[in-house]
Amino acid sequence: MSFPAILALEDGSVFYGRGFGKEKFDVGELVFNTSMSGYQEIITDPSYKKQIITFTHPHIGNTGINNYDNESNQVHSSGVVVNKFCEKPSNWRSVKSLEEFLNENNVMAISDVDTREITTILREKGALNCCIGSLSKISEKDAIKKAQEFDGLKGMDLAQVVSTKDEYLWNKGVWPENQKTKDSNMVVAYDYGIKENILRLLADHVGEVKVVNAETPFKEIMKLSPKGIFLSNGPGDPEPCTYAIDNIRKFLKEGVPIFGICLGHQLLALAGGAKTYKMKFGHHGANHPVQDVESKEVFITSQNHGFAVDEDTLPSNIKTTHISLFDKSLQGIEFKDTPAFSFQGHPEASPGPQEIQSLFTKFSIMVKDYAKT
Amino acid sequence: MPRRKDISSILIIGAGPIIIGQACEFDYSGAQACKALKEEGFRVILVNSNPATIMTDPLLADATYIEPIHWKSVEKIIEKEKPDAILPTMGGQTALNTALTLDKNGVLEKHNVVLIGANRTAIDKAEDRQLFDETMQAIGLETPASGIAHSIEDALRVQKEIGFPCIIRPSFTMGGTGGGIAYNISEFKTICEKGLELSPTNELLIDESLIGWKEYEMEVVRDCKDNCIIICSIENLDPMGIHTGDSITIAPAQTLTDKEFQIMRNASFKILREIGVDTGGSNVQFAVNPENGKMVVIEMNPRVSRSSALASKATGFPIAKVAALLSVGFTLDELKNDITGGLTPASFEPSIDYIVTKIPKFAFEKFPQASPKLTTQMKSVGEVMSIGSSFQESFQKALCSMEEELNGINSLAKDQEFASDEKIQSELTIPGPKRLFYVADAIRKGWSIEKIHSYTKIDFWFLEQIEELINLENELVNAGIKNLDKDKIIQIKEKGFSDNRIAELVRVDEDEIRALRKEFNITPVYKRVDTCAAEFATSTCYMYSTYGGKCESNPTSKKKILVLGSGPNRIGQGIEFDYCCVHASLAMQEEGYESIMVNCNPETVSTDYDVSNRLYFEPITAEKILDIIDIEKPEGVVIQFGGQTPLKLADVLSEKGVNILGTNVDAIDRSEDRERFQELVNKLNLKQPSNTTAKNVDEALSEAKKIGFPIVVRPSYVLGGRAMQLVNNIQELEKYLSEAVEVSNSKPILLDSYLTDAIEVDVDVVSDGTNIEIGGILQHIEQAGIHSGDSACSLPPYSLSQEIQNKMKAQAIDIAKELKIIGLMNIQFAIKANEVYIIEVNPRASRTVPFISKAIGHSLAKVASKAMIGKSLIEQKFSSKLPKGLSFVKEAVMPFDKFPHVDPILGPEMKSTGEVMGIGPNFGEAYAKAQKGANKILRKSGNVFISVKSSDKKYLDEFAPAIINSGFEIIATSGTADHIEKLGYAVSKINKVNEGRPHIVDMLLNNEIDLVINTTEGSQSIQDSASIRQSALRNKIFCTTTMFGAFAIIAALKSIEENWTYSTLQEINK
Repeated sequence: MSFPAILALEDGSVFYGRGFGKEKFDVGELVFNTSMSGYQEIITDPSYKKQIITFTHPHIGNTGINNYDNESNQVHSSGVVVNKFCEKPSNWRSVKSLEEFLNENNVMAISDVDTREITTILREKGALNCCIGSLSKISEKDAIKKAQEFDGLKGMDLAQVVSTKDEYLWNKGVWPENQKTKDSNMVVAYDYGIKENILRLLADHVGEVKVVNAETPFKEIMKLSPKGIFLSNGPGDPEPCTYAIDNIRKFLKEGVPIFGICLGHQLLALAGGAKTYKMKFGHHGANHPVQDVESKEVFITSQNHGFAVDEDTLPSNIKTTHISLFDKSLQGIEFKDTPAFSFQGHPEASPGPQEIQSLFTKFSIMVKDYAKT
Repeated sequence: MPRRKDISSILIIGAGPIIIGQACEFDYSGAQACKALKEEGFRVILVNSNPATIMTDPLLADATYIEPIHWKSVEKIIEKEKPDAILPTMGGQTALNTALTLDKNGVLEKHNVVLIGANRTAIDKAEDRQLFDETMQAIGLETPASGIAHSIEDALRVQKEIGFPCIIRPSFTMGGTGGGIAYNISEFKTICEKGLELSPTNELLIDESLIGWKEYEMEVVRDCKDNCIIICSIENLDPMGIHTGDSITIAPAQTLTDKEFQIMRNASFKILREIGVDTGGSNVQFAVNPENGKMVVIEMNPRVSRSSALASKATGFPIAKVAALLSVGFTLDELKNDITGGLTPASFEPSIDYIVTKIPKFAFEKFPQASPKLTTQMKSVGEVMSIGSSFQESFQKALCSMEEELNGINSLAKDQEFASDEKIQSELTIPGPKRLFYVADAIRKGWSIEKIHSYTKIDFWFLEQIEELINLENELVNAGIKNLDKDKIIQIKEKGFSDNRIAELVRVDEDEIRALRKEFNITPVYKRVDTCAAEFATSTCYMYSTYGGKCESNPTSKKKILVLGSGPNRIGQGIEFDYCCVHASLAMQEEGYESIMVNCNPETVSTDYDVSNRLYFEPITAEKILDIIDIEKPEGVVIQFGGQTPLKLADVLSEKGVNILGTNVDAIDRSEDRERFQELVNKLNLKQPSNTTAKNVDEALSEAKKIGFPIVVRPSYVLGGRAMQLVNNIQELEKYLSEAVEVSNSKPILLDSYLTDAIEVDVDVVSDGTNIEIGGILQHIEQAGIHSGDSACSLPPYSLSQEIQNKMKAQAIDIAKELKIIGLMNIQFAIKANEVYIIEVNPRASRTVPFISKAIGHSLAKVASKAMIGKSLIEQKFSSKLPKGLSFVKEAVMPFDKFPHVDPILGPEMKSTGEVMGIGPNFGEAYAKAQKGANKILRKSGNVFISVKSSDKKYLDEFAPAIINSGFEIIATSGTADHIEKLGYAVSKINKVNEGRPHIVDMLLNNEIDLVINTTEGSQSIQDSASIRQSALRNKIFCTTTMFGAFAIIAALKSIEENWTYSTLQEINK
């Protein structure tokens, strides 16, 4: 059942539409995502914490929600903005509608708004804070006020918020086989907001994964004698995550193989001495071309980040491996003096193209080499 | 890697005439390839037999050959031009097959020419079914259970393993020609026999039937560095079992999760790599079992295809252009995405924030004997595409674009009476062109979605969407106009309801809805197609309308002209009109105007976003055009070039005060309205075959007696001679009136005295209102009575005296003056006994305009366009001159091979889908080349079978000795044989089909006949002799059904193929 709803932006723009899911109001940073498929993965991706996602593809909800494609055990985004909300899904794997899923997760969506106009606003003004709400819960005036009062993500350490409290073991591979891992080289994954498909791919390519809280100290991890350290994706600004940066410096010194994705990439770069910055409206889509600067090969990649590493600040022991062909921004780095590398986009895809999953193979080779020593 | 340095000249092979399965999408791709390669500095050589294409415009290539696309002709061109490379991937199956044949015959090696864009191994792997299956297995992908057969015995063995139903596909045929689904052994044998014949390699693939599975397509582009991208995913609304060209399709795919989509994406790349498509665009088709997601690969095309054209238009990504550049060594990251003004590279995947729907258009009404059911063999003749913010909007806009008197998802119910449940069930189970309307009616009758799904297997998602539309319609019907408030109108406009449909549902005039909308300030907004879902700004003005939200149209304040396109291709209105529209647009730009194009046909060049300054991809309906005029405020609108489509809007546009450029609307009415036309004829002292209009059956019968038989009858206001028939007596007329048409006050029928054995002539005229130029005089080969679109014709006339030609010129000028023609006009004359009769006048561009333009080296459409905005012919320095010493012949190309039960006889109703041009130093060579271009094989000697109607026997005096001299022996049935014997020529007799065995059909099927001359009249005789023509067609034996055609063959037989001359248009019109 729908209800009258509003989306108010901090610049005063207001959109009225039909609300779905939980009748409430919420605030967050408004971003857009141009993926045409994979809304289930996107809304359950912890990297979207405190963000409200505008889908540019008009029909959202068509394939419902299934038991396999979640990227975490809950919806992380604070709201969903769509053009046409589908109430009656159709797909052989679907077990519930998007509406039911949003209700269960206490999240609301707004539909029947001009998502293209919102995207244009964000393109021109950069990411904006916003308030999404049911008109029975909040007025237009209050909604704008709430949007303006929201502090935004700059300087916000959200990794701590979404990270697992208890460590756990992961050994299941990707859909549809979901094979149990065969390799025994245990790696540790720091959970700054990790997507499950990363774990599935690590299980398929590298071995069993021990997932640990973002703040777990270096010493405790080393007791487990890991064969590799994985730095996960996650929400928010990397700079305040000093605990993580400190830990990573120690791993670098130790020479344990490190692979970072997204926030993990930014943290690795910060640990190596580079700087990060907040982008105007970030990269959020599944069609971004990224080039391997050595082989010149182009990969179409999935992207979701609002912060980036400033290439000009890379110290001499770190080389650029990948750049974005959309805006030439830095997409991948590798240390020359220790087995550590990272990627800004999402090689685990989910949703999106899978061709740069070869980075997991690269990590597995590093881990195997290290395990031999 | 930048462009290859070892290549400097490239031969592009076009697709030839428009046929079912290969339409103007290849003009679009070929034109893009020519432009792109020429811009890169290559010398581009082009061969295409189709003169109605933009790609054969002399400016697009350095050397343009309008010649048969046959390997022997292409070899001559290679010898002359010595190209370094051939690009065979832009001209559909025709180009690919020609390239393969050239290679197999050693031509490429001999002349040191390389294939670019695809290599022989890749083509073989993709096109040879067995190799394809093996290749897919090698990379771990499943294909349907299948087997290969080279004989009926093989086929029966394979069938036993697979069971029924099963799908049969011949190898190396396009559009699934000759394929089908068999449910029993008898059907199976019939399809296999035909398929074996049609496959150039005598090979069949017999597949497990996947009827009811979901069907998807992926459009893939790959470069030489192995970078692969998906341009677009396409979901077929129709499940497996209907050829994808005949399916309603949606982009992007709507019912796949990302995981399923990525499996398909990865598989597509794997397939391209394994098949070995090194560079360029390809298309891969998949089927998915909706119960468990099991995916199988159906097929792949290692070239740009109809779907690539659709994907290009759907996303804004110019696949053909990019594929052409990749074929010469560029990589995707080196190319810019034009639509974002180069802000992004071509190496990305378009993201689209709207829904695209394609609906195919059929012509079953032209072929009453054909079964109007959709199968694995493509039968559609055209398609429309539309863009909307939702599936519902896009779907309803597409329906309005169809020009089938649809204004939405109309009910098929007659007088409120729905079809019976049995009928609906049968139509849902065995789908035809109207399947979605039966779905809608089933919903209206209260059928559940589950029940409808059980018969149609259409995905629930689509059915739900349609159900919602029907529910809204019911609401409107119940609410009526009084309850139509602002919110309701906004809601239904967002769902894509046309004003016309709303008006119908609430029982008022369309104008009232438009007025109401304006009162509430509810107007469409225009959004941009930008390849990137608004992530980057675009300056490209490729737009579609929708409701709600912000308008991005941003019209300029420049002086501008709106050009209305010709909508979907159909028999009678095809690529010729798109050619004219494109030229109109170019002419306006040359004269300093901003040109704005409106069209809804994704196959065309006119809907390429860089042809006009601004492009609106919209239905050509009064509502949509007026909306665009409201926002753009053009100085004038061009309606002369898009055939009947824009012409139909003349009245409503001029009523609304729109400035229609060129000839005024009243002149159009004077030439189309029967009575007013008669007044015109009388006023100018011209002759017209006696004729009348009848408003009921009795009137028709009594008037017919006054005129005298034979008579040509037809409904008024039709295109392409729809339901037009020649009747010889009162019984045939009665039969026609009871079976073929409805006659009423509002739907009168026209009766014209038929001029037996008259010569028909087309004259095209261009005028600026003061000066009048004759563009060309085309003498038809077939006599008057054969639809002009189906007749071959010759420029200049090959047997008309100068005096007659002058007479026609003078009359044409009189008519142009009287009607105050500004722009183009086409007149059809008939010549009998040195008398000139006017058949009809069309104050607009005709089908023959591109043909004449290619011959005279001037674009008549451009000249006419400039005249329409006030540039006189004198200012333009235009005069029409044919190059000396050359003859140009146009031949029509018929779709009979797609409709096996249809009698391949020519008549007053147009049935051809396309045309070719033959150029030679004399009529004979030009005619022979045109036949070759039309893929009609004229054997040089052997047995000619002659069977002619009584009234044609007089021609045998001249014909019999001529054909014997050409090297043929005559075989004839008794009547004709006796006549020939009496004339003193040798003849062998053969039984008619009803005279016992062996008979003529046996001889034809045994390949003992090399040429068939078969003229006939009267419905009974036509029926009796149909098997002769059908057997000839089946065995690819040249068959003519007119005596005039027979004499043209004599001329053609005099020309010797080895001595044919090949000149470029550039040389001809120097």
